[in-house]
Amino acid sequence: MARMKFLCDADRCIECNACVTACKNEHEVPWGINRRRVVTINDGRPGERSISMACMHCTDAPCAAVCPTACFYTTADAVVLHDKDTCIGCGYCFYACPFGAPQYPRVGNFGGRGKMDKCTYCAGGPQQDNTRVEYTQYGSNRLAEGKLPLCAEMCSTKALLAGDSEMIATIYRERVQRRGYGSGAWGWRTAYRENITT
Amino acid sequence: MKRLILAPFLVLLLALSAPAFAQNAPSPGSSRGTVNAEEMELQRMLQGGRVEGRTTIPDARSEVLIQPQGKAWRDFHNVTLAWVGGIAVGGMLLILIAFYLTRGRIMVEGGLAGRTISRFNMLERVNHWMVASSFIVLGLTGLNLTFGRYVLLPIMGPYAFADVSLWGKIAHNFVAFPFTLGIVVMALLWVKDNIPNGRDIEWFKMGGGLIGKGHPKAGRFNGGQKMIFWITVLGGGIVAASGYFLIFPFWGEFGVADMQLAHIIHSVLSVLMVAAMIAHIYIGSVGMQGAFDAMGSGEVDLNWAKEHHPLWVEQEMAKARQVVSPTGVKPAE
Repeated sequence: MARMKFLCDADRCIECNACVTACKNEHEVPWGINRRRVVTINDGRPGERSISMACMHCTDAPCAAVCPTACFYTTADAVVLHDKDTCIGCGYCFYACPFGAPQYPRVGNFGGRGKMDKCTYCAGGPQQDNTRVEYTQYGSNRLAEGKLPLCAEMCSTKALLAGDSEMIATIYRERVQRRGYGSGAWGWRTAYRENITT
Repeated sequence: MKRLILAPFLVLLLALSAPAFAQNAPSPGSSRGTVNAEEMELQRMLQGGRVEGRTTIPDARSEVLIQPQGKAWRDFHNVTLAWVGGIAVGGMLLILIAFYLTRGRIMVEGGLAGRTISRFNMLERVNHWMVASSFIVLGLTGLNLTFGRYVLLPIMGPYAFADVSLWGKIAHNFVAFPFTLGIVVMALLWVKDNIPNGRDIEWFKMGGGLIGKGHPKAGRFNGGQKMIFWITVLGGGIVAASGYFLIFPFWGEFGVADMQLAHIIHSVLSVLMVAAMIAHIYIGSVGMQGAFDAMGSGEVDLNWAKEHHPLWVEQEMAKARQVVSPTGVKPAE
């Protein structure tokens, strides 16, 4: 089976935020929740890079390790998903996540956290694939339709790559060799304890 | 002809401008500054700090790209807290069982007098039980968040356990308010009798009459009770404050690091308080004859009071005499 990952080529990202918009639209994500965001580091200084970041679907995911109700599971494609029917909105996954991926609607007591929402790698949730109930809870399930995540598919400069780890690493490696530079695979060291050697 | 004359000039012009071109268009990599994802992640992980930037989303929290501190918090929650909590709560239970088996129930040495003395009034007792009952709810629902996954989840199954945990979380949030109110009232009611003094040192030296022989003298509250009071008021106060911080996650400009710290303070103090309160519950119920009456009816046996709080009994007696026959008023001959 493939090991799905995201890879953001920060030397290509132009911070257009189309991935953010595509994600919000595709999954009808509520106001205040961003499954994906673009962060610009060293803004206005040498070394400025923009990185599109969402859930990295970690190996040995911290969210899954700390969840009090064990609501997370990893699919055969190595996508980290969670069950909103057993999530209690405690916020522990947000404390543990290195990438700030878990998001919460403000619905709980005192305007606190509702059930957690995060990037599903366009792979839905534990409900029956491509059903209304799955769409309402988790958004669309493109993976079940044989499609890759929309954020990467929409990317105008093809900075954001999604797909099998080996394949996207090869594409990135070839790019770096051809143009002679590359800032590396953001988050890979933290999420997978590995990096792309170029 | 003209071209031939111009040609050398053109060549010269090109030769002069060539280095200038090279300076204007260096290799793209160097002018863009060198940034390396792996180096940055490794450095922040080892030296602290986070990879942060700017976003167009009006939420300061989204500006954190990578926070390696999540790993430290995970280790705290899954390893440190589990061990500290397990040892504190489990250890206290074992100590109390061992104590009960060796020392047994502590009886009133002189036997019950049959006469009682008023120890806690209605307000004191109602407030005590408000704090106590909310603490039990808070303690159990709190422990569930750390240990429920390993203890209850395999027994109950994921959906029943999720329901219990969800209601537990809601209860935890709401019951925090009566708990806090009770802590404040408790502090106001009892702080004057709980100022530590020299007698408390003496009390602890004698093992509080629990371990050694003989009863150390004590006023209204002895050293052990004062300790419980300060654990409740200070510990409970800090736990409540850090808890409110966690209840309102969207309030203020606080980031994930503040929430991690608040959770660490909240959880460590909480498990230690649970351990302390288990001991308090033991000694106030099965552990000691006559102790429960203080918070039950509010009237304690006179012999119990004389054994444990002789100085307080003297004070109360003096007060009572004052009421019966105020100084200056001589009884009729």
